[in-house]
Amino acid sequence: MSAASDAPAAARPGALARWAGVAADVASRPSGAVGLALVALHLALALASPWIVPYAHTAMDSSLMLTGPSAAHWLGTDHLGRDVLTRTLMGGREALLVTGIATPLAAAWGGMAGVFLGLVGGRLDEILMRVVDAFLSLPWILKMLVLIVTFGTGIEVLVPTLAFFYGIPVIRVARAATHDVVARDFISAARARGHGRGSIIRREILPNVLDTLMVEGAMRWSWMLLAFSSLSFLGFGVSPPTPDWGLMIADARGFMSFAPWGVLGPVVALSSLIIGINLTADALAKSLGLDRAQKAPA
Amino acid sequence: MLLRMLLRRTLLGAVTVWIVSVIIFAGVEILPGDACTAFLEREAQGRLLENCREAQGLNRSAAERYVEWAGGAVRGDLGVSADGRRSIAEMVGDRLKNSLLLASCALLAGVPLAIFLGVLTGLRRDRGIDLVFSTAAIFAMTIPEFVSATVLILVFSVWLAWLPGIVLTSASAPASAFFPEILLPVIVLAMVMTAHILRMVRSSVIEVMAGDYVQMAILKGVPYWSVVFRHALPNALLPAINVVALTVAWLLGGVVVIEVVFNYPGLGRMMIDAISDRDLPVVQAIALIVATVYVGVNLAADLLTLLLNPRLRTHYARRA
Repeated sequence: MSAASDAPAAARPGALARWAGVAADVASRPSGAVGLALVALHLALALASPWIVPYAHTAMDSSLMLTGPSAAHWLGTDHLGRDVLTRTLMGGREALLVTGIATPLAAAWGGMAGVFLGLVGGRLDEILMRVVDAFLSLPWILKMLVLIVTFGTGIEVLVPTLAFFYGIPVIRVARAATHDVVARDFISAARARGHGRGSIIRREILPNVLDTLMVEGAMRWSWMLLAFSSLSFLGFGVSPPTPDWGLMIADARGFMSFAPWGVLGPVVALSSLIIGINLTADALAKSLGLDRAQKAPA
Repeated sequence: MLLRMLLRRTLLGAVTVWIVSVIIFAGVEILPGDACTAFLEREAQGRLLENCREAQGLNRSAAERYVEWAGGAVRGDLGVSADGRRSIAEMVGDRLKNSLLLASCALLAGVPLAIFLGVLTGLRRDRGIDLVFSTAAIFAMTIPEFVSATVLILVFSVWLAWLPGIVLTSASAPASAFFPEILLPVIVLAMVMTAHILRMVRSSVIEVMAGDYVQMAILKGVPYWSVVFRHALPNALLPAINVVALTVAWLLGGVVVIEVVFNYPGLGRMMIDAISDRDLPVVQAIALIVATVYVGVNLAADLLTLLLNPRLRTHYARRA
């Protein structure tokens, strides 16, 4: 399973060309193609939706509360008479913005910390890994909610909170990947050549753990979206009237027995985005020769 | 040697729980406000605040209060809620029992199913049945729980009217009173759990079946099913123990959303309520309970794996 990860990092014809090759390989797999298409579609919608939606997302019409699908409102209207299609199309913007910033941050800080601890080892590593274990043994929702209830639900709170907590499991993964690399001969060679720690991390280890970090980052992204929408659903995420899928499902749930169209739009939208990311992450892992089947929930 | 390793693992688990307790306590200390400002809200000033802090013992040093809190927790005394009236140990009791009921039902349904499907898809790798279940597993484990719960409620309780979509039984009711209301939440949880364990078992079966000794047994003419059951499965299922443990931990901690969706009176919903009310002593207590269960279950899985696998034993012995 790890055949490709054994490929020497030195054989890179240039990072850009390599990633272009990986992207082509991902797209050539059925799951990767579907995944990439879904993600691309959602990103395009998030960028373009304000210009293509038929109504304003805050436009209320009290004469049109909870009406079914019609020519004017393809997905019907919600309990405030707002167009469900409009709000579904725009419902991913906030989630993608927040997680789009927080995911690279999480992968970056968790990755750096993990590589550093993996290389340094010793007492410091031992102690800090216990702290990591301790953090991981607390449910994510508790950690996040305590901060959110204290500091508010703005993007300036959500981004650092998500980035911080979702970087912690990355430490473990990056550390394990570093351990695999550190034992190899080219690290000893670099040491013998007199390279310092910083240089070894930058030139020898990072290129070799980057693959793992990319796959890990993609997975963290989907979990972050899951966390973000769950928070919105529980009423601790984005505040109304911002359209958000989690919030829309929470609002529409109460009227599900006679107005099910209110939940269907956001359910399909949110599920397709998260599945798209996961299919892409799966295909990426296979293209890079990493196996992510053994991942447990975190 | 083995005994030393078991002891070492147990000690590490205990250290982790201790660090968790420090993180929980320090976290609540660092955040602005305390149990009294949260409880008194706007009136939190002057005399009233002083009195409250006096009554709760909040004017002592943090170290002193940590020792008292942690010491009490070890003896099973989790303190009192922010309004100072209810004993947390009593409040938690029923909720913990209900969460355990939910978790064990999901486990009983999910684990055998997951192992069966995992072995099946692993042996039939890349054939039709594998593709169907592997794809279904990706769906089940990636779609947010509240989404699948909403869809199941829509289908099974709104449209088909087969199962109740909401739990109305009170927290203190006996376990039997939760049927059939508990079925939908159990199905949602079991789905996610099955998906995770299935994927793990599948990849493990594939790996073992490709091993030399299995190939050897097949070439030697041992009947296929005998190879599978006698040679392959015992080794393939061992790693599943750890995944099941992680899932149990997730069941106890991460079912918060499910409990809210179904109005289920478990620990998770109590936690959400406590956080919304800023009832910090309750939040601290629940966090400690959940983290302890997490560490405990994972420790048990580690020890079990260690005991069942002689190879792993020597492997660890060499490393230590």
